[in-house]
Amino acid sequence: MFAYIEKIKEISNRLLKESTVDLIIGFRKGTVPMMNEPCFAKTPEAVDGLVWDSNCGINLANYLANRKEKIGIVSKGCDSRNIVTHIIENKIKRDQVVIIGVPCKGMIDRHKIEAMFDTEIEAVTEADGRLNIKGDGVDTAIDKKDVLQQNCTICTHRNPVIYDELAADLVEEQTDVDKYEDIRRIEDMTPEEKWEYFEDLLSTCIRCYACRNACPLCYCPTCFVDESQPQWVGKSQNPTDIRTFHFLRAYHCAGRCTDCGACERACPMGIKVRILTKKLEKDCLELFDWESGLTLEKRPPLDTYRPDDPDDFIK
Amino acid sequence: MKVIKIDKKNWAEGLKRLADKFPLFGPVQKDEFHIFKELHKDELPDLSLQNTRLSPKSVVYPQSETLFEYTLDEKQADHHILKEIDKDYLPRAVVGIRPCDAKAFLLVKRNFDTPEYKDPYWIKAYQAVTLIGYACNTPCSNCFCTTAGCGPFHEEGLDVLLVDAADHYLAQIMSEKGEKFITAAGWDTSAGANDLREQVQTLKQAAETKITARVSTDKLKDKDTTALFEASFWEDVAFACINCGTCTYACPTCWCFDIQDETFGSSGIRIRNWDSCMYPLFTHHGSGHNPRDMKMQRVRQRFMHKLKYYVDKYANGIQCVGCGRCIRLCPVNIDIRKVCDLMNSFES
Repeated sequence: MFAYIEKIKEISNRLLKESTVDLIIGFRKGTVPMMNEPCFAKTPEAVDGLVWDSNCGINLANYLANRKEKIGIVSKGCDSRNIVTHIIENKIKRDQVVIIGVPCKGMIDRHKIEAMFDTEIEAVTEADGRLNIKGDGVDTAIDKKDVLQQNCTICTHRNPVIYDELAADLVEEQTDVDKYEDIRRIEDMTPEEKWEYFEDLLSTCIRCYACRNACPLCYCPTCFVDESQPQWVGKSQNPTDIRTFHFLRAYHCAGRCTDCGACERACPMGIKVRILTKKLEKDCLELFDWESGLTLEKRPPLDTYRPDDPDDFIK
Repeated sequence: MKVIKIDKKNWAEGLKRLADKFPLFGPVQKDEFHIFKELHKDELPDLSLQNTRLSPKSVVYPQSETLFEYTLDEKQADHHILKEIDKDYLPRAVVGIRPCDAKAFLLVKRNFDTPEYKDPYWIKAYQAVTLIGYACNTPCSNCFCTTAGCGPFHEEGLDVLLVDAADHYLAQIMSEKGEKFITAAGWDTSAGANDLREQVQTLKQAAETKITARVSTDKLKDKDTTALFEASFWEDVAFACINCGTCTYACPTCWCFDIQDETFGSSGIRIRNWDSCMYPLFTHHGSGHNPRDMKMQRVRQRFMHKLKYYVDKYANGIQCVGCGRCIRLCPVNIDIRKVCDLMNSFES
């Protein structure tokens, strides 16, 4: 679909042939429209099946943690930031990964497209920033930029921040974006309004943990909600337990989240879980001038102490 | 089997009459998708849907169900005694359930209602429902029901099958419960005629031909279980899986649960919650050992259970009705059709 699929394949084949890596982690074509499947490739045949298009929203850094092989990994901007985070957090060694950088112009939100039509979407193809959509009685084209995942519309790191190979020329970064309009709206609410907002936000959660499991940050060997000795959180549909899970998970991601959107993309119920992680992302930016996953040189604000750390909250 | 004609003009009125008699459940739009819920007075089931995002299994088998309550307060005479919770098992109807989801209850029944073990909660809740099915004139593109022992007009498990025929519904009455439902609604049951049956047949054939997605299951039974278990394709199948519980929670035929006691102060409840074989905790032993502590093992378990163990144990097809929800909702596009074909064509 994009010209650089061929480039990704060429790089992958070379890395495998020269034994620079043991496997490539990338995407293969999905079985339903607007979906691709994360996969590994160890052979030229498997490399041949690799794809790259606007349906590669899942964050592949999620597939790196604790692997022992040498890995070539296809990485868009956010994936690369999570690889940086993984390296900082000792989940993978820098020299263990060959990062095949893929400059990105955003991934599409299939639920947005599905909601635009009364009929089922049967095929979506893309070219030059336009999406051709086909379904029963539907044959139309729309602008890709109108149906991007929300996090992609405000993304300011489309290019990989760290890479060893590059599958295409770097793209222009967005600069004039208002990232936190939605967060400010919630910050301005009264406590009662906030309560109601969060209650409604999480009301459809089925605790499938797709948000957590799609997240590269959530690699704990045993998540706090899965601890059984002692058991910290109840397992039922009790709203307090559901909120505890979401709020605590968000806090665990503070200063680490790259707003890659994998959580929201994975949620089967369409819950806007990024609202929680974005608030903490905003706090880290304002309090510590910190954006996660941009550099290997600095420790994240929450795992280091500096005498000039803000302490206004101590009254 | 009788087929009657319900003019759509009389639809709302009939449901209103029913709602006065017993609770109605049906699909309604919630944000961008449909859910099953109890309809409040004057609320109609929204039949413009293809299917609800999650299956309606929760109407009979809630995700969290309190079974007992207890007190630990030793001043109370009945302390440390589990007391059963009063539950409402009065008759209710589910209007607008798709045939695949109704058939799924029969698969689940094999687990909850056996000669040896009877789950009182599931059985009573199942007996309380009248299932008013809604035939699929326009099946989803990833439905594969016709090769999964089901179909867009499948009748098994239903009390009534409603068929949308432009300005009216054709209602095929399949049980005494169904007959009662139609009578209570006040829809004219005398108008049954042979040509209505033909109309249903014609629409059925048209719907069936629209289903092009297929699975092959014919060889599953003859496969050697151990060889299939050790097949090399599992690594590839499981790679993308993030081990969330979406497929199992969305599935109308997944029945696994976990029982928990929750105590607050001196009072507590015993509750049963859906569980998922995708979770490591599902098989975590008290000893600390976990026989399925790797992702691949859990992914394999889900497919082996649905497509091999179940097939062997019940000799009644696969544990799947082909609703396609797991395919549509899987965040990483793991497709049961593909896995089923891999298993069915596997040669050791």
